[in-house]
Amino acid sequence: MKNSDVIIEIEHVYKSFGHVQAVVDVSLNVHIGEVVFIFGPSGGGKSTLLRCINRLETVDRGRIVVDGICITEHPKRVDIDKVREEIGMVFQLFNLFPHLTALQNVTLAQEKVRKRSKEEAEEIAHNLLKRVGLPEKAYVYPDQLSGGQKQRVAMARALAMNPKIMLFDEPTSALDPEMIREVLDVMLDLAREGMTMVVVSHEMGFARAAADRMVFLEAGSIIEEASTEELFANPKEERTKRFLSHIL
Amino acid sequence: MAIESKTERRRPQLIPWGQLAEVPWWAVIILLVGVLIVYFIFTAPAYTDAFLFLTAGLRLTVTVTVISFGLALILGLIAGLGRVSKNTVIYTLASLYVEVIRGIPMLILIIYFAYVVTPLAVDLLNGLGSAMLGRVSADYLVAWGNSLAELNIQDVDLRVRAIAGLAFGYGAYEAEVFRAGIESITRGQMEAARSLGMSYFQAMRYIILPQAIRRVLPPFGNDFISMLKDSSLISVLAVRDLTHLGKLNRARTFRTFETWNTVAFLYLSMTLLLSLLVRALERRMAVEE
Repeated sequence: MKNSDVIIEIEHVYKSFGHVQAVVDVSLNVHIGEVVFIFGPSGGGKSTLLRCINRLETVDRGRIVVDGICITEHPKRVDIDKVREEIGMVFQLFNLFPHLTALQNVTLAQEKVRKRSKEEAEEIAHNLLKRVGLPEKAYVYPDQLSGGQKQRVAMARALAMNPKIMLFDEPTSALDPEMIREVLDVMLDLAREGMTMVVVSHEMGFARAAADRMVFLEAGSIIEEASTEELFANPKEERTKRFLSHIL
Repeated sequence: MAIESKTERRRPQLIPWGQLAEVPWWAVIILLVGVLIVYFIFTAPAYTDAFLFLTAGLRLTVTVTVISFGLALILGLIAGLGRVSKNTVIYTLASLYVEVIRGIPMLILIIYFAYVVTPLAVDLLNGLGSAMLGRVSADYLVAWGNSLAELNIQDVDLRVRAIAGLAFGYGAYEAEVFRAGIESITRGQMEAARSLGMSYFQAMRYIILPQAIRRVLPPFGNDFISMLKDSSLISVLAVRDLTHLGKLNRARTFRTFETWNTVAFLYLSMTLLLSLLVRALERRMAVEE
């Protein structure tokens, strides 16, 4: 692929928490429209790496360029809020705003950040709630929703900002098995529509169906990176083989 | 089920001791004493006289408390935000305010604000006024400068000074309530808001504070009750609040018992009423959580 298609550029990134090295010398490019699937054992630095992309974590060393803006420069010189507008994020624990209805969860940032009118924001929100299969839950508060429904509202909330990139931080890990399907279906739709996605997850079924490229991360380092077909068919690294045999 | 059938089999008691134990007897006793004092107020001339004399102070006590508490909430919000700030300067200033104020008795704070801070502030304004006079030409600015330069300490009403003392004193405690409330909201809420492109202050305003304030409404209610009681301290400034009028009434009539019974009764009826409201609020929130 051409280099101009690159929308996320991660170069030699390091991040540690105290003595724990969470991310060690990771370099990774994500192209427009690509679905990159990051997997690996718990505590391997997957979430930390993902959170560095919208600077929920600041890197210790290295460079990250998102949509042409280097976000690892001195904090005062980067308008991180502007970058974050273009990056939607879906969290493991949903992080819906409990004091707002599902609809308000989806409209708030549209009005306050994108400066859309209330009417416009609500129309967009209703459409998105319909798209994630929850048109009837618009006026319901999060505590009356199931886990899967919460996660779908959270996706609608992120999509309402018309992001160029969507980050998924273990979106199904906190869900009961029967609810995982409904969340993955929405994600599959998104992938088919050409959304650029970086997904940290253990859902190998989703990876097989939607991911272009897979990255195996362990102890903060990329052990193996390959196209989805290749990684499933013949993983090169012994460690990857062992991990796949355990979870498949 | 098992427990129910057991009680059914038991012989009916003449006096249901179990049920009697559940009656809030303390409230009944307070109510009876209250009724007794109300009865005195209506029938005994010394009580009637004291009550009528004291009600004027009741109004000031309530006004000062409401205004001071409102200001304390504003100061508390500002200092509370400072206490959770990552900016070292802001955090240090906020912490300094909270720690200094909380280490000084409320009575001393009231005296200090009335007789030390106010004169200092007046001096400062005088200086500002004089400085303005030499430098400005516009009529309204000259008028301003004149009034500032000629401001006299006597012009600052003691009631205003009392309010300042109470507000700054309680602001430090409210700051900690705000801080606790903000810190009780999980980190994910701030992260979700920021990841949508909201600024720190937008996230605070629309996401964190609405949730935090709901959680700390009961502590705010309790602090309001405390302030109503502590407002009695402003009587040292000879401000005509309920307590000061109590002193005056005693001196006027030499009816010590009747005077202080009525004063205590008036404070108690206000605080009990308010704590009932706070309890109702707590119950409502417990249901919603």
